[in-house]
Amino acid sequence: MLGKLTWSAIPIDVPILVGTFIGAAIAGLAVLGLITYYGKWGYLWREWLTSVDHKRIGVMYIVVALVALFRGFADAIMMRSQLALAYAGNPGYLPPHHYDQIFSAHGTIMIFFMAMAFMQGLMNIVVPLQIGARDVAFPFVNTLSFWMTTISFLLVNVSLFIGEFSQCGWLAYPPLSEQQFSPGVGVDYYIWAVQLSGVGTLLTGVNFFTTIVKMRAPGMDYMRMPVFTWTIFCTTVLIMVAFPILTVAMGLLGLDRYLGMHFFTNDGGGNQMLYLSVIWGWGHPEVYILVLPAFGAFSEITQTFSRKPLFGYKTMVYATASIMVLSLVVWVHHFFTMGAGPNVNAFFGIMTMIIAVPTGVKIFNWLFTMYKGRVEFHATMYWVIGFMITFSIGGMTGVMLAIPASDFVLHNSLFVIAHFHNVIIGGVYFGYVAAMNFWFPKSFGFKLNEAWGKRAFWFWFVGFYFAFMPLYVLGFEGMTRRMNHYDNPAWHPWLLIAEFGAVLIALGIVCQLTQLYVSIRDRNLAENRDMTGDPWNARTLEWSTSSPPPFYNFAILPVVHELDAFAHDKEAGIDTRNAGGDYQPIHMPKNTACGFLIGAFSFILGFAAVWWIWWLAAVGLIGVIATVIARSSDNDVDYYVPVSEVVRIENEHTHNLMAAQAAE
Amino acid sequence: MAHNITADAAHAHEEHHESPVVFGFWLYLMTDCIIFGTLFAVFAVLRTQFNGGPNGHEVFELSGVGIETAILLLSSITYGFGMIAAHDNKISTMRTWLGVTFLLGLGFLFMELREFSHMIAEGNGPDRSAFLSSFFTLVGTHGLHVTCGLLWMAVLLFQTAGKTELNERMINKLTCLSLFWHFLDIVWICVFTFVYLMSVI
Repeated sequence: MLGKLTWSAIPIDVPILVGTFIGAAIAGLAVLGLITYYGKWGYLWREWLTSVDHKRIGVMYIVVALVALFRGFADAIMMRSQLALAYAGNPGYLPPHHYDQIFSAHGTIMIFFMAMAFMQGLMNIVVPLQIGARDVAFPFVNTLSFWMTTISFLLVNVSLFIGEFSQCGWLAYPPLSEQQFSPGVGVDYYIWAVQLSGVGTLLTGVNFFTTIVKMRAPGMDYMRMPVFTWTIFCTTVLIMVAFPILTVAMGLLGLDRYLGMHFFTNDGGGNQMLYLSVIWGWGHPEVYILVLPAFGAFSEITQTFSRKPLFGYKTMVYATASIMVLSLVVWVHHFFTMGAGPNVNAFFGIMTMIIAVPTGVKIFNWLFTMYKGRVEFHATMYWVIGFMITFSIGGMTGVMLAIPASDFVLHNSLFVIAHFHNVIIGGVYFGYVAAMNFWFPKSFGFKLNEAWGKRAFWFWFVGFYFAFMPLYVLGFEGMTRRMNHYDNPAWHPWLLIAEFGAVLIALGIVCQLTQLYVSIRDRNLAENRDMTGDPWNARTLEWSTSSPPPFYNFAILPVVHELDAFAHDKEAGIDTRNAGGDYQPIHMPKNTACGFLIGAFSFILGFAAVWWIWWLAAVGLIGVIATVIARSSDNDVDYYVPVSEVVRIENEHTHNLMAAQAAE
Repeated sequence: MAHNITADAAHAHEEHHESPVVFGFWLYLMTDCIIFGTLFAVFAVLRTQFNGGPNGHEVFELSGVGIETAILLLSSITYGFGMIAAHDNKISTMRTWLGVTFLLGLGFLFMELREFSHMIAEGNGPDRSAFLSSFFTLVGTHGLHVTCGLLWMAVLLFQTAGKTELNERMINKLTCLSLFWHFLDIVWICVFTFVYLMSVI
C-alpha cells in the first residue's frame, strides 16, 4: 500500500533534522497563520497562485529563488563548519552519510532552484516589457513552468524529513548512484526533482524564444533588441538544446534504477563514461544558460549608471552569440582525466580557452562604457564592479583548468570548487542581485534601500574572497573535494579562514533581508516612491510604462525607431506611451488554476514514484493528463479589457507623471 | 455600445499577430528531436554490448517490423488527407480520416508491444544487456510518443464531434498533432534504418 515508505523513513534520531523540522514548521505555520489572520487566501489564490501575468510569475520565481538561497546557504555553512572542526581525529558533527547528502543538496539546490529560478524570474519580469509586448507567447505554459520548478524544489525539501537525499554529488555519477551502491531513495528524489523541474525549464525556453521572435514591438528588429533580451534569446536557445539531454541522462539513470537496465552499471555492458558525456553535454551549456542573462543585466546597468549608450553594442551581441555556440563544444573539459586521449583533450582544451576571447570582449565593453561616462556609484554599480574584478579572476583560473596537463593535477581538488564558485558567485549571483536591485522599482513601484544594499555588497564581496581564495591554495596542497574529515595540519588554518568568509557571507544575506525589510517599511517616503516609471533615467522600453506596470503593460504598443528606444524618444521629445492616443480594447489571457493543478499532480507522481507507491503514482499521472485535457477543452481562456478601463488606468499614470514633473 | 465593443474587438483581433502556437510547437518538436538524437547516440555506443546475450540478428524479426513501418507510413498519409479535409472545413471527412489514422496507430502499437512481449518472454528483456537496454529505451520512447499521439487524437476527435465549423484554435491543434505525427514517422524511419536494418546486416 505504501511501497517502501515506513515510519523508519522519518529521521527522528537526527537532532539537526528534528530541529530544522521544528523551525521550518513554526515558520511555515506562522506564514500560513498570518495569511489566514489577514484573510488573504482568496487574494493570494486569485491574484498570484493562478496568475498568468508574467510580472507576477517573475516575482514568485524570485521568492522561490530566495528561499532556495537560504536552504542552499544553510547547507554551505554547515559544510564549512564541519571542515573547520573535523581535523586531527575529531570527526566533526556531521557523519559522512549526512555530510554527503548536504553537499549533494547544496549543489542541486543552488543550480536548479536558486540560480535557475532567479534567472527565469528575471526574464519573466523584464523581457516582455523590454520588447514592448503585453505578455509572453504562451501565458498558461508560463504558469505551468513556474509550478513545475516550485514543486520540484518542494520535493527536494520533503526529502529532508521523509527519507533521505542523494549522497552522490550534484550530478549523481554512476556507478555510485546505481541501485547496487545507493539502494536508498535519495537518488530517486534527486532524479524526480531534476526531471520535473527540467520540464518547466524546457517550456520556459520554448515560450521565451517564441515570445522574442514573434512579439517584439513594431520597429524593433534584431539589432535594436536590448542586450538583456539578446542574452535571454541566446539562453533560451541553449535551454532548448541542452535540457533534452538532461532529460535523457536522468531518464536512463532512472531506468537503470527502476527497471534494472544496464546503461551505466558495472555489469551487463554498461558504460559510466557515457553518463559523463551525456550529463555534461547538458551541464556545460547550463553554466552559460545561467551567466549570459547576468551579462545582459550588467550591460543594462552599466550603460544606465554611466549615462552613456553601451560601448560596442554589436560586438556585445556577437560575443553573446559566439559564447552560445562555443558552450556546446567544450563539455569534455569536465573529465579530461577520464582518458579520452590527447587529441580529444587538446581539442576541448583549446575550445575552452577560446571562450575567454568573447568573454574578454564583454569585459572591455563594460570598461569602455564606464570610461569617460558620468558613473553614478549606485548600489547596483557596486555589484557590477565587484563582478568585473571577481569574474576576471575566476575566468583566468578557468583557463588554467582548461589546460589538460594542469587539469590532471587539479582535477577533483578544491581548486575546482574555488574556480566555479568564483565565476558562479562573482558572475551569476552578483549579476542577479544587481538585476534585482535595478528592476525592483519596476516591479513594485518603490526603490530598494541603497545603504543596506551597499552593506550587503561589501559583506558578500569580502566574504567571498575569504571563503574561496583559501580553496585555491588548498587545491594546490592536494585537498580533494567532498572530503568529510582530514588530518593534514597544513590545511586547517586555510579552512578556518574559509569558515570566516562563510560567516561574512551570512552577514551579507542578513543585510539583504534587512534591505528588503527597510525598503518595504519606508516604501511610501517620497524619495523611495517611483511615480514616473523611470527612476534611473534608463534607456529601454520597460521604463516607459508605469511602475508597477498595468497588467496589460502598454496601452498602445510602443513604436521603436532606434536602439535604446526609450532613450531615443526622450531625446527626441516623443511620448513613448502615446498618452491620450487612440486606445483600443486589449486582448488578455484569463487566470487559470490548471498550472497549479498540474504541478500538484506532478508532485504526487514524483513523491509516489520515489517510494514505489504505484497506485498513487497512477493517480498523479492521470491527474496530470486529465488537467491537460480539461485545459485543452476550455474555450473561455481570454477576454478584452474595455477602453474605459484602459483610459482610467492610463489617465491615473499621466496624472502621476505630471505631479512628479511639477515637483521637480 | 455593446455592439461597438464587439466590432472593435474583432478589429483588434485582425490586427493581432498570427497565433504563435504552431511555431512554438515546432520548437518543442526540435527539443524532442534532441531527445531522440541523444538516445540514438546512446544506442550507437552500446549496440555491441551484448553481455553474452543475443545480438540484433537473433532477436529482430524484420517481416513484422516491415509491416509496422508500412502501417505507420500509411497513417501519415491518412492524417494528411484529414488535414486537407480540415482546411476545406469538411469536418465529417476529416474525422473519418483521423479515425483511420487512429486505428493504424493502434495497429502499430499493438505489433510493437507484441514484439516486446515476445522478446521479454524469451528472456531477452531490457535488463539482459546494455544493447537491449538501449534498444528497448529508444524504440519504447518512440512507442510512448505514439501512445501520446493516439491519446491526443482521441481528444481531438471528441472535441470536434458535432461541430459544424473549425475555429482557428482547433485548426492549430490539428496542425500541431499533424506535425507531431509526421515527426514520429521520420524518427521511425531512422529507427528502422539504424536499429533494425543495421543490426541485421
